[in-house]
Amino acid sequence: MKSVEEIKTAIEAAVPGAGVKIIPNPGPSAQHSLQLDPRTAIDVVRFLRDDPELALDFLSNVTGVDYLDKEVSEKVKVTRPVTKTVDGVEQTVEETVEETRKHTEPGYLEVVYHLFSMAGKHGPVILRMRTGNRTDQVELPSFTPLWRSAEFQEREVFDLFGVVFSGHPDLRRLLMWDGFKDHPMRRDYKEPDDFEYEPTAHDEVLARAKEHQASGRGPTVTVEAKQ
Amino acid sequence: MKTPATTSGHALDWNRPPVFEAEGEGELLEVSMGPHHPSTHGVFRMDVALDGERVVRLKPVFGYLHRNHEQLGQSQSYLGNMPYTDRLDYFCSMTNNWAYALAVEKLVGQAVPERAEYIRVILAELTRVQNHASAIGFLIQEMGASGTPLMYAFREREKILDLFESLSGSRMMCNYMRFGGCRVDPSPAWLDATRKVVAGLPKFVDEFEALLSSNEILMARTQGVGVLRPDLAVNAGITGPMLRGSGVNYDIRKVDYYGIYDRFKFLVPLGDHGDVFDRYMVRVLEMRESIGILEQALKEVPAGPIMDSKAKIRGFRPKPGEAYGRIEAPKGELGFYLISDGSPNPYRYRVRPPSLINLTVLEDMCLGQNVADVVLIFGSVDIVLGEVDR
Amino acid sequence: MLGEGILKGLAETAKNFAGSFVSKERLTTVEYPEERLPLPEASRNFPFLVYDGPDWEKGLRCVACQICEKECPPKCIYIEKSKDKKPDFVGKPQIYPAKFDIDISVCMSCQICVEVCPFEAIKMDNEFELSTVDRFGGLLLDRQQLAKSNEYYHKVHPTEATQVDARLAEEKAKAEAKAKADAAAKAKAAADAAAKAAAAPPKAPEGGTGTPTSAAAKPRDTEPQPAAPTKPSDPAKAASQSEPKGEPRKEGGD
Repeated sequence: MKSVEEIKTAIEAAVPGAGVKIIPNPGPSAQHSLQLDPRTAIDVVRFLRDDPELALDFLSNVTGVDYLDKEVSEKVKVTRPVTKTVDGVEQTVEETVEETRKHTEPGYLEVVYHLFSMAGKHGPVILRMRTGNRTDQVELPSFTPLWRSAEFQEREVFDLFGVVFSGHPDLRRLLMWDGFKDHPMRRDYKEPDDFEYEPTAHDEVLARAKEHQASGRGPTVTVEAKQ
Repeated sequence: MKTPATTSGHALDWNRPPVFEAEGEGELLEVSMGPHHPSTHGVFRMDVALDGERVVRLKPVFGYLHRNHEQLGQSQSYLGNMPYTDRLDYFCSMTNNWAYALAVEKLVGQAVPERAEYIRVILAELTRVQNHASAIGFLIQEMGASGTPLMYAFREREKILDLFESLSGSRMMCNYMRFGGCRVDPSPAWLDATRKVVAGLPKFVDEFEALLSSNEILMARTQGVGVLRPDLAVNAGITGPMLRGSGVNYDIRKVDYYGIYDRFKFLVPLGDHGDVFDRYMVRVLEMRESIGILEQALKEVPAGPIMDSKAKIRGFRPKPGEAYGRIEAPKGELGFYLISDGSPNPYRYRVRPPSLINLTVLEDMCLGQNVADVVLIFGSVDIVLGEVDR
Repeated sequence: MLGEGILKGLAETAKNFAGSFVSKERLTTVEYPEERLPLPEASRNFPFLVYDGPDWEKGLRCVACQICEKECPPKCIYIEKSKDKKPDFVGKPQIYPAKFDIDISVCMSCQICVEVCPFEAIKMDNEFELSTVDRFGGLLLDRQQLAKSNEYYHKVHPTEATQVDARLAEEKAKAEAKAKADAAAKAKAAADAAAKAAAAPPKAPEGGTGTPTSAAAKPRDTEPQPAAPTKPSDPAKAASQSEPKGEPRKEGGD
């Protein structure tokens, strides 16, 4: 079985301008992955499937992952001119100050593919693709024309995360009903309000149950204390 | 979303025009099979469009048993997820537990003592025997045999479930495997009881085969029905007895050699035609192979610790990283994909459900068949809704 | 012959049918509820709290550490700690749970609460005939309904209970041995301090603090500290003890 670096070299030889990056896996499992560029992904993946040596004909798993926007604050040393009074004389002096700058790193949705080879009995080869952000740039190419096993799994990623796969023959919701709004597996999903009876609630559920009781929106069940 | 035409001429690239054209005039009859249906193995719906008795279009509808298992997995600790994995494929809780424990052990690089590995193999093969017996029993029941073979299968299954209960405390929701071993050390009395049960299993499989395998009704109804081509099976990610019934030799026990499967000698039965009868026969033969593995393992169980001494139960925080661990569950390839960010809960917890992916080709197999055979073909896929919908 | 396979199958069925009247192995059902099969020892259903001794409130082993509450996957346990301490079965003052609710309509019998309890206070029961007509309160078991005696635990899980008792007895023995060792060390230190104090008094009258020193010597005996640190407190003690004597004299003077 080739290592990740060898596979990357083979891909770049076959598909010029592929834009493949190695993402190392810090944990002990040492399952490193390759990040693909959505524009060249279909060609890269077709090479992986049809290459006689790699022969990755079995797409085992398609997973969606959600990464929220991150607030990053960093301390930066900034030199700027400041007016100060030195020895009774006003002067403009250069001073170096440490400032805390905050910026938001945009979140993205990621799709992870696990490929194996049934002919060559090796694997896994792990591929990743990232969307631009979580709101409007959520399109990725679909692998269903190449591997039939992606059909239902991509539908599930669309349903639960909101990634739109272009080229999928039948992209509808899989697990949720058709009229459902929102994408439930995203990290900022808020569950609907059905907290009528929570006798042993903790943390978040307790907060939601108390809020439901106080609002008087719907039915609430109270159990009388026994002793 | 427009369907693309065949892109490269490769045999397996997507080709959407229906394989079967309707003859005759008039409208197609649209039948919704399920979700309340005695033969759909749970709450599952198929929207079938019929031309007379023959199927023109079939669309499966999922989600009736969706219990947001993956989202729950992300809000529990790693140990707290173990009882939830029991409830995925509720027939085979021991193999679900093992797959999850394997994924977490890969994530942290945890070693497992030898005695625990042997016990895991014994329990997994017992699970496989009882699962295949029930699957065949349900298949025959859907053919119309009103439960007699099913009850024979359940009689043996009860013996195996009694073993599970005396070991782990519960018949089906065992919650038995832990990261680094097993929860309870089986006593010598339990191992003797297991040897007795395993000694009675070959006779049961013989009885089963005498009852069914040369039955003319069975052969007429299942041979040539629901054929699955091997190249389509590989491309569609089918695994398990369904794949081997189509003739593809891929058994994860022989590919990954997870656990200690490299120490046991067993064969992998393959089918020739890829029809329902082949899948039925592959399951019967796999039961025999599992009995062989059980006999070998029960002879060689070593003494020793049941749990790795360095394993942690509470305060388990794996380092950031990810891992994909898979096993040959009785239904197919059951995989768990875990992404950890250093906190006690997984960042992403994904189950690769064999039952859902095996259903990808349901439409392909059913087109052109009679609607009565749809039930048979569906039964030969052997799904459990708990796994399909999670 | 066409139909031979079917006949073979029918012969199997007939063998099983006839055999169920004759052999125990072929007859696999019992007529529940008149006849019940004994459950294996390890079988578990819902948890219960163990108490030692006759009184369930006094003997409850649970100290409301809330570890089971945190580890419970479906979060079906609700514990409220008590504000006071009460003596437990061995006599040591412990916090006890003022409220301990388990919602058994949520509990999934996973046994993780039993695994993580450090005090052997919560164990699995195997009673399953728990149906009730009240689907909210009837399935919310409170502390009293959950408390069952150690004898019941022995009845339900005999080998496990004997192991637990052995472990607890071992811990108790270790604790007692440690307490004895501590007391012996204390007594030894006190004896050392008394010996040192016996050597000190010949010097005391020169310091001019006659009565206060002897009065202060008494508290010094019981404290296992060397004599030196208590000296700074002597003037304070002397001051506090001479004040009541000083005031009447003053009043008398006025």
